[in-house]
Amino acid sequence: MTFRKSGAKKLTAEQATKRMAWVIQVSAVRDNKDKAAFAELFGYFAPRVKSFLMKSGASPDLAEECTQEVMATLWNKAHMFDPAKASVSTWIFTIARNRKIDLLRKQKRPEPEDLPWGPEPEPDQADAMGLQQETEQLGQALAALPEEQRKLIEKAYYGELSHSEIAAETGLPLGTIKSRIRLALERLRHTMK
Amino acid sequence: MMSGMKQIKHHLTEPLLMGYAAGTLPEAFNLVVATHISMCDNCRAALAEYEAVGGEVMVDVDPIDVAEDALAATMAMIESGTLTEKPAPARVKNSIFPGPLQDYVKGDLDSLKWRKVGGGVSQMILPTSKDASVRLLRIPAGTAVPDHGHRGTELTLVLQGAFVDDEDRFAAGDVEVANEDLQHTPVAEEGMDCICLAATDAPLKFSGLLPRIAQKFVRI
Repeated sequence: MTFRKSGAKKLTAEQATKRMAWVIQVSAVRDNKDKAAFAELFGYFAPRVKSFLMKSGASPDLAEECTQEVMATLWNKAHMFDPAKASVSTWIFTIARNRKIDLLRKQKRPEPEDLPWGPEPEPDQADAMGLQQETEQLGQALAALPEEQRKLIEKAYYGELSHSEIAAETGLPLGTIKSRIRLALERLRHTMK
Repeated sequence: MMSGMKQIKHHLTEPLLMGYAAGTLPEAFNLVVATHISMCDNCRAALAEYEAVGGEVMVDVDPIDVAEDALAATMAMIESGTLTEKPAPARVKNSIFPGPLQDYVKGDLDSLKWRKVGGGVSQMILPTSKDASVRLLRIPAGTAVPDHGHRGTELTLVLQGAFVDDEDRFAAGDVEVANEDLQHTPVAEEGMDCICLAATDAPLKFSGLLPRIAQKFVRI
């Protein structure tokens, strides 16, 4: 029975549940302006965004202000989130990063051209689930790195290392997420033709 | 090979992709990275990976309490509609300047205000933050850029035509990442002027005396 076969993967599925729960919460914000779902997301992410911004050099006051703007942006842009392309954690990180550049560094951020994908089909459930799972695995692999290497990566993201200080071989455990993101892009390019 | 894309052989390095994902590069470098990614699916996918890493680094931090009224204040901000996004700037298709570059270069290739830097080469410096600089370079077909080395990092992205240096051949979409150990003399191929987007975080080192004097005036 398929029921029993899944035993070995059960743990991964449970961990992915947390990420799928975030996806459902973002959808509820998008579709129903669901304040309870937003409060759940806020409770988990806001203290992490604030901490991340402070580690990136923001004062507590600025980090607080910036965090509230990041979370408000999440509400405003919930329709742009695609669970087949990113985990909610990845998406919120990019919003926080852009706000950080704007507020802390007072710079413009040149962004790549959007791909001319046009109206997109509803994201495939299996793709979305797969990407959420792989991002969870990435997070676990990151946590399992030797202390020294993990600290180095954290410093790179906090802005304590310049690009020339980031070793060319970061040895990041990107693993399967790499192939999935590539596959998704290729598929999108293919449907564009 | 993905359909519809140019045959790009020379890509961004991992540290540059990671720095761009982290938001820690100088604006001038961000412009070269964003422009290359607009032309290269390979690096676009790699960027998504580094952003995923950033997300995991962020959720792994020790959380810090937000203000007691933070949620209420955020809801008030949402309801007041005060947080507005700047509208995306208008961009044209099929320009040799991909979208992010169009935001810095107003007008098309023929309307640019080029300044001669010697040896037939012209440039146009683009306004960015001061921690690095970025310029468009026009190298006439068959012409060499004076032999030079690098103090910091130099990124050169080809937009039109191609150049060849001691390392390899670089055509449209290719980016060359040069640092201290590279001394090179890029030569534009025959047939078409080579247009590049070049960023540096330190002045270049020219070998000859004349280019060194010229350097004072052209800010390379």
